[in-house]
Amino acid sequence: MQHYGCRQPLNSKEEENPPTCMERSPTQLCCRLARDVTGISKMPAVSKGDGMRGLAVFISDIRNCKSKEAEVKRINKELANIRSKFKGDKALDGYSKKKYVCKLLFIFLLGHDIDFGHMEAVNLLSSNKYTEKQIGYLFISVLVNSNSDLISLINNGIKNDLASRNPTFMNLALHCIANVGSREMAEAFASQIPSILVAGDTMDSVKQSAALCLLRLNRTSPDLVPMGEWTARVVHLLNDQHLGVVTAAASLITTLAQKSPEDFKTSISLAVARLSRIVTSASIDLQDYTYYFVAAPWLSVKLLRLLQCYPPPEDAALRSRLTECLETILNKAQEPPKSKKVQHSNAKNAVLFEAIALIIHHDSEPTLLVRACNQLGQFLQHRETNLRYLALESMCTLASSEFSHEAVKTHIDTVINALKTERDVSVRQRAVDLLYAMCDRSNAKQIVAEMLSYLENADYSIREEMVLKVAILAEKYAVDYTWYVDTILNLIRIAGDYVSEEVWYRVIQIVINQDDVQGYAAKTVFEALQAPACHENLVKVGGYILGEFGNLIAGDSRSSPLVQFNLLHSKFHLCSVPTRALLLSAYIKFINLFPEVKATIQDVLRSDSQLRNADVELQQRAIEYLRLSCIASTDILATVLEEMPPFPERESSILAKLKKKKGPGNLPDIDDTRWNVNGSAEHSEDTESTNKVTPHHPFTDLLNLNSTPSAGASLLVDVLSDISTPAPITVSEDNFSRFVCKNNGVIYEDQLLQIGLKAEYRQNLGRIYVFYGNKTSTQFLSFSSSVTSSDTLKTHILSTAVDPTVDGGAQLQQVVNIECLSDFTDAPVLDIQFRYGGTLQKIAVKLPVMLNKFFQPTEMTSQDFFQRWKQLGVPQQEVQTIFKAQHPMDTDVTNAKILGFGVALLIGVDPNPANFVGAGVIHTKNTQVGCLLRLEPNTQAQMYRLTLRTSRESVSQRLCDLLSDQF
Amino acid sequence: MIKAILIFNNHGKPRLSKFYEHYNEDTEQQIIRETFHLVSKRDENVCNFLEGGMLIGGSDYKLIYRHYATLYFVFCVDSSESELGILDLIQVFVETLDKCFENVCELDLIFHVDKVHNILAEMVMGGMVLETNMNEIITQVDAQNKMEKSEVSLTLFDIYS
Repeated sequence: MQHYGCRQPLNSKEEENPPTCMERSPTQLCCRLARDVTGISKMPAVSKGDGMRGLAVFISDIRNCKSKEAEVKRINKELANIRSKFKGDKALDGYSKKKYVCKLLFIFLLGHDIDFGHMEAVNLLSSNKYTEKQIGYLFISVLVNSNSDLISLINNGIKNDLASRNPTFMNLALHCIANVGSREMAEAFASQIPSILVAGDTMDSVKQSAALCLLRLNRTSPDLVPMGEWTARVVHLLNDQHLGVVTAAASLITTLAQKSPEDFKTSISLAVARLSRIVTSASIDLQDYTYYFVAAPWLSVKLLRLLQCYPPPEDAALRSRLTECLETILNKAQEPPKSKKVQHSNAKNAVLFEAIALIIHHDSEPTLLVRACNQLGQFLQHRETNLRYLALESMCTLASSEFSHEAVKTHIDTVINALKTERDVSVRQRAVDLLYAMCDRSNAKQIVAEMLSYLENADYSIREEMVLKVAILAEKYAVDYTWYVDTILNLIRIAGDYVSEEVWYRVIQIVINQDDVQGYAAKTVFEALQAPACHENLVKVGGYILGEFGNLIAGDSRSSPLVQFNLLHSKFHLCSVPTRALLLSAYIKFINLFPEVKATIQDVLRSDSQLRNADVELQQRAIEYLRLSCIASTDILATVLEEMPPFPERESSILAKLKKKKGPGNLPDIDDTRWNVNGSAEHSEDTESTNKVTPHHPFTDLLNLNSTPSAGASLLVDVLSDISTPAPITVSEDNFSRFVCKNNGVIYEDQLLQIGLKAEYRQNLGRIYVFYGNKTSTQFLSFSSSVTSSDTLKTHILSTAVDPTVDGGAQLQQVVNIECLSDFTDAPVLDIQFRYGGTLQKIAVKLPVMLNKFFQPTEMTSQDFFQRWKQLGVPQQEVQTIFKAQHPMDTDVTNAKILGFGVALLIGVDPNPANFVGAGVIHTKNTQVGCLLRLEPNTQAQMYRLTLRTSRESVSQRLCDLLSDQF
Repeated sequence: MIKAILIFNNHGKPRLSKFYEHYNEDTEQQIIRETFHLVSKRDENVCNFLEGGMLIGGSDYKLIYRHYATLYFVFCVDSSESELGILDLIQVFVETLDKCFENVCELDLIFHVDKVHNILAEMVMGGMVLETNMNEIITQVDAQNKMEKSEVSLTLFDIYS
C-alpha cells in the first residue's frame, strides 16, 4: 500500500494521469464497477491465453437463461457432460481438468449439489504441475467437507507436498489443512507443523502459513497440538524481520496465550518492544507495511490484542514504555490527518480503538482511562457513522470501570440524542446498550423515561430486549416503588406484546412483597384498566393485583367492589384462556374480600358459558370455585383465599432472561446483593415448597405462578436457542483420566483457582472432599457451586454452607455425597461460579466419579477364576482391546494401577506370570456386577491386550474404556 | 476469526462464497440469502457493521460489509477481529482484484472464480488474516501466474511436438 506513498514522488506524471486504481477511493471504484452493471454482453478476454472458452460459453448460457427451469436444465446437461468426460476412457489433459473443475465450482456457487468430481480433484493433488495441483486444492477446500471419506487420500497428497521443500507446494498444502481443519488432518500433521514454523531455513511465506495453520488446528483440535520446546521459539518470531511473519505469529501467540498464559509470558516484552518501534517510527521505516500513511496498522492491532491477554506488565520500565506507546497513539488521534482518504482514518482509528480496548482491559491508569473516555466522547459526535458505532460500543465496557463510570455519564445527552436521531438501527442498538450500562441511581429516571419514549417507535427487532432492560433498570434503581409500578404499567401500555411473562410476574412479586406500594398499585391498575382497549398483559396484572389488594381501594365509591368486578369482567370475553383462568381466580378472591358481590359472582360462575365451557381448565375452575363459595364457611374461605405470602427473594427472573438472551459476559455487571447469581437452585426449591402448600393457597396453583421458574425457563431456552445459543462453558476434563486409578489430587487449576479432591468409596456410596483454593490475593465474592449428574447417579452436596466469599490465599472445603444407582458412563459435573474483580467467573469441572470407583475387590483361586471366566463366555459379555503402551511397561506400576482401579490382583492365577489378572464386584444400588479382567503385556511390541468379562455388556465396555487409557 | 466471506451482487446472486466453518450446502445457501437480506435493506451511508443473522450465529458475530457498485463484499467475523481492520482488509482485497484484473468488474469475478479464490487465499487462510500488504499479495499472485503461463506454453509445446 505504501508504495503509493513512496512512488508518488518518483512518478510525477501521476498528477496528470487519471487516478490509478491504487488511489481510487471506494466510490471511484464504484463507478468503475458500475459501468458493468449491464455488462452481460461483455465477454471476458478469452484471447488472454489463460481464458477458457468452454467455461465462458457455459457461464454465458446460464446467465442468458430466462427461467429457473431453463437454468436447471442447462446445468444438468453440463453435469452429464462433465460426468461422461470424467468417466470416459480418454485421459483428460490438465487444461480440461481445470476447465471442468471451474465449471463445477460455478455450479456449486449457484446452489446446486455437486456429488462427483471429488476423486478427480484428489488425483490432481499428485500432479507435479502447479496449475493442476492448485485447482485440485481449490476444489477440495470449497467442496470437500471435513468428514469426507477421501480425507486419507487428501492427507497423502498433503504429506507429499509438505515434504517437497517447494515453498509454493508447501503453502498450498498448509492452506488446505487450515481450510478443512478436520480432526484427521490434525492427527496427521499437528506434530509436524511446529517444526516447519520454527525451522531456520523455512521461507517467510511458508512460516506465515504454518503459523496460521497451527492456529487453526489449535482451534479445532487443541488436544492434538503438542506444546513443547517450539513454544519458546515461536515467541521469538515476534522479532522476525518480515512483518507478515510477525503478524501471523502474533495471531497464533494470542490464541495460545489465552489458553496457557504462563507459557507465553515472555511475549509481553517482545510485543511491547515491537509496538513501540512501530508507533514511534517514521512511517518510511516500514516500507510496504505502511497503509495510507499509517505504520503497520494490522500488526499494531494484533499486538494490542495480544497484550490484552495479560494484566499490565509488572516490570516498571516495560510498563512505562507501554504507557508511552498508548499515549502516543492517543496523541496521534489529535494530529491533523495526513490524508483525507477514508482508508487513512480507518487504519489510524483501528489502532486507536484497540489501544483504548487495552487501556480499558488494564483498568489501572486513571489518566489514560479518562483520556480514552474523552476520545470516545469526541467520536460520539463524529460524522463517520462507523466511528459513532464503535465509540458507543467501547464506552459500554468503559462504563463498568470505576475510574471512568462518572466520565462516561457526562455523555448522557449525546447518547440519548443518538438514540433519537441515528438513522441506523445498529447504532441505535449500541446506544441502548450504553444507556443501560451507564445507568445508576442518579440518572435512572431520565434514562428509563428516554428509553420508554423511544420504545414507542423502536425497531421491532430490538423491542423485546429493550423491554427487559427497562424493567430491570426500573426495579434496580427504584427509589420509591410507585415509580416502579408506573414504569412497568407504562411498559405494558407501550409495548405490551413484547412484555414477556417474566416481566409481569416480577411486578406482581414486588407488589406482594412491598406493603407500602400495594394500595398505589391497586389504584393505578384500576385506572389503567379504564382504557377502552388495554393489553391483555395489563388485564393479567390488573386481575391479580385487584384480587389481592382490591380491598385497599374499595372504600372509594368510584372503585367499589362491584365497579371493580364489572371492570374486570368487561375484559373477560376478549381474553385468552390462561388470562380467563386467572380472572376466575381473581373472582373467587373477590368473594372472600367482598361478601357483598358474592351473589353477582356466583351468577357469573354458574352461567352456561362458564360451567359448560369447552375448555376443561376453565370449566373445572368455575365448578370448583362455585362449589367452594357455596359450601365453605367464611373462616375457611378466608384461610384458603388469604393474601399471598411474600415471595422469597431470588434472582430477578427478567435479569436471568436478559442474561440468557445476551449470553454470559455480554451484560455489564450490576452489583447488588439482591441479584443473587445462585438463583437457579433456589428457584427449584421454591417450586417444591409452593407445591406443598398448594392446599393452603389454591391461588398460587391456579395462577400457574409456581410453575414459572421451571416451565417458563425451559420454554425460554427453547425459544432462545434459535436466536442465540449462549456460549456454553466448556467442561474441564483435562485431569479426569488421571483419577481412574487414584482418588486424591488436583483436578483443576487455572490462574485464579485450584480445586483439589480427596475421595473415598464404599460399596455403592462415595464421598468426595472438594478443596477450593483461591490462588489470588483478592477475595472471591458470591462463591457458589453445584453438582449435576445423570439420573443413574445421585449426587448431593452435603455442606451447603459454602461461604459466599473466599479470601485471597484461603481454602474452602465442601463435601459431595454420591450414590450409584445403576451402571453409568457420564460423570457428574461440578459447576462453580464466583465474582473476581467484578467479573463473573464460571467454571465447570467433570468430577472423577467413574464406574470402577464402586468396585469391591474379590479374592479367588485359579480354579474359581477360570470357572467363572468360562461362565461369562457369551460374546457380548467380553470386551477386548489391544493398544499401544503410552508409558514405560513397568510391572510394579501396572500392579499399582490395577489395584487402584479397584479390583483384587490375583497372583499366580494366570499360567503366564507376566500377565495380570484381577477380579471384583461393582456395587450399585439396584444390582451388583461381577467382573474379571486380564491384561497381557507384550514388551517386545510395546503393546497390551486387555480383556474384560462381566455379566453386562455396558459395564464391560465402560471398564475397558476406562482402564485401557491408563497404561 | 473470520467465519465466512461472501460476495453477492445487488440482486443477491452469489459471486463468491468462502466458509471457514463447515456447513452443509443448503445452510450455506440460506446463509447467503439471509445475509443478502440483512445487508441489502440498509441505506447507503449507514455504518458498515451489523449483528450477524440467526443462521451464522446471531449477535456473537458481526457482519462487516462494503458495497461497491453492483457488488456487496461481506465478512462475517467474531469479536476477536477489529471492525475497522476488517473494513480495511476488504478495501485491500478489492484494490488487489482491481490490480490483478485491470479494472475489476462483476464479470471478472464470474469468469475467473478460481483466480479470485487464489487471491483471497493469499489474504485469508482458514479464517485468519494471512497478509494485508498488497504488494506482497500481488507478488505471490504474479509468481503463480508466471508458473501457470510457463506450464501452458509447455503444454502447447507438447501438443505440437
